[in-house]
Amino acid sequence: MDIIEKLIQAGRPKSKRGLAGIWLDEHKLVEAAAKVRASGCTKFEAISPFPLHGIDEAMGLPFSWIPWVTLVFGLSGCAFGTWFTWWCSAVDWPLVIGGKPMWSLPAFIPIIFECTILFSALASVGALLGICGLPQVDPPVIDPALTSHKFAIFIPEDDTSFNSAALEKIMKDHGAIEVKRAEY
Amino acid sequence: MISRSPLILNNKNYESVTKDICSLVESVPGPAYFLGMGGAQLLLGLYLFAQGMIVWYGMGMMGVNHPVGWGTDIVTFVFWIGIGHAGTLISAVLFLFRQKWRTSIARSAEAMTVFAVMTAGTFPVLHTGRPWLAYWLLPYPNQRGPLWVNFRSPLVWDVFAVSTYATVSAVFWYIGMVPDLASIRDRAVNKWRKRLYGLASLGWRGTARNWNHYEMVYMLLCGLSTPLVLSVHSIVSFDFAVSSLPGWHTTIFPPYFVAGAIFSGFAMVVTLMSIVREVVPVFKDYITLDHMEAMNKIIMTTGLMVGYAYGSEFFIAWYSGDEYEQYVFLNRAFGPMSWSYWIMISCNVFIPQLFWFRYFRRNIPWMFVISIFVNIGMWFERFVITVTSLHRDFLPSNWGLWIPTFYDFGALFGSFGLFFTLFLIYIRLMPAISIAEVKTVLTVGHDGGNHGHH
Repeated sequence: MDIIEKLIQAGRPKSKRGLAGIWLDEHKLVEAAAKVRASGCTKFEAISPFPLHGIDEAMGLPFSWIPWVTLVFGLSGCAFGTWFTWWCSAVDWPLVIGGKPMWSLPAFIPIIFECTILFSALASVGALLGICGLPQVDPPVIDPALTSHKFAIFIPEDDTSFNSAALEKIMKDHGAIEVKRAEY
Repeated sequence: MISRSPLILNNKNYESVTKDICSLVESVPGPAYFLGMGGAQLLLGLYLFAQGMIVWYGMGMMGVNHPVGWGTDIVTFVFWIGIGHAGTLISAVLFLFRQKWRTSIARSAEAMTVFAVMTAGTFPVLHTGRPWLAYWLLPYPNQRGPLWVNFRSPLVWDVFAVSTYATVSAVFWYIGMVPDLASIRDRAVNKWRKRLYGLASLGWRGTARNWNHYEMVYMLLCGLSTPLVLSVHSIVSFDFAVSSLPGWHTTIFPPYFVAGAIFSGFAMVVTLMSIVREVVPVFKDYITLDHMEAMNKIIMTTGLMVGYAYGSEFFIAWYSGDEYEQYVFLNRAFGPMSWSYWIMISCNVFIPQLFWFRYFRRNIPWMFVISIFVNIGMWFERFVITVTSLHRDFLPSNWGLWIPTFYDFGALFGSFGLFFTLFLIYIRLMPAISIAEVKTVLTVGHDGGNHGHH
């Protein structure tokens, strides 16, 4: 076992055991997800190679709150840009350049604008990585085709009202091609 | 009923999409690739040699002198920054307008943006003559006071605009690629490929909760990139417009520069995609003639805008009654450097008119040639603006000419080597078409014009 393998083992996130169903038709998976939710499960995941229409409603996922991060950091960037150009040009070392006022707001707008965009863009991406818990080191994958053409629902054993037999039936009835015990 | 034509040809399914797009990453490139890479490397060598000599011996190696102090470096900087703009336009602006045809070309256009901005960024840094002091452009705490940069200067605005643009474009491009890198990781049979793409994909697994936030961030980045891209070329135009030189000091510059940037950038996308379609035949199903035609329509539209700006500049020069302004424009069209003006007009205004005809919009060899002409014309546009305004200003005793040297040509042609080397590396290492996004538009046009499939 080489050193990289050891590092991967050490960094691998804790996985959960549970029940996984695999689909080839994403529309049937969305229906199944609604049924799994109706059966009382809340912590289950739907895994797909691309964003699925209607899965948010089926799983009862709330509207993403990242826009608030963008707004707060955009305003912070704006405030920082305004403060920084003012502090440098009018406070820390005021220099008369071209006879213009020390506090030349119109001339500082490009800088303020770029700070606004930079802060909000980087903060949005940072929030995305934070919320999704990324980056992760080699997390367990139920089926390698889940990033290609297969779709899955994974229900962890610790989910509310986890009932292996009943859930297996729901998934089979809604077109799952395979239901198996899995780690995720 | 008028039905939409399909965006993706040959009835692909999810599995074949993944396979087709990953095939480029998973196979050994053929001789055409190595030939292209060899050519790019030769040009890159020329670039390194020319710029190395310029750094070693100084800016005197290039044609810049009094009165033309801004030469090839600045012209080529504006040229490459402009190229980058089409990538953001395709990936962000067309996304906000829900133009589904953008999905097939967005990834490579965005890559083009990142590489064009990288190439562009080298020029102003080398134009300073002392690139090892380039960090002086940034406001960092220093032991000279601290002495801060002059925030009233358009050149400092440019530093902020271009570096923000480079950062946000690169992040946007990378975040867009994460799910596709995970696809390559999950298909990998080789241990090292699995590890490296696993690292690059950040461990993405595509859960519904992650997609929920991911789509939101993607849209937010599009919304942020759109005003950003408009600001970048506006600020580049301020480098000229904020000065008091006749020919530069005009309010038309920001929209005129942005339209020109989109015009030249789309031409570069058409150039690249024409080549990619030939070298990778399976991509013809994804980047169809409809895609190329749509881009050619944008080239023609923005070409007309640029042509309108050329006319408007002349009109305003006459209407202003300012004799210096009038002289600059007459000198551009009929003076000692009028050859550059007429190259610009021919390439940017006359030649793209061919795209009025459907035949030219849908013929790959023709559009390839026209796109090259547009690229040449847009380089000359920046040349005309920069050099012809400088070489004859207010006082005839201050007039002169600009005579390029070998190093001017070396830096210009060599920069294509830098750009193409990066692009050729990218196309073999990264998913060149967005795998995840293409899967969401597979049904467009396959169900009688109604693209809902429920």
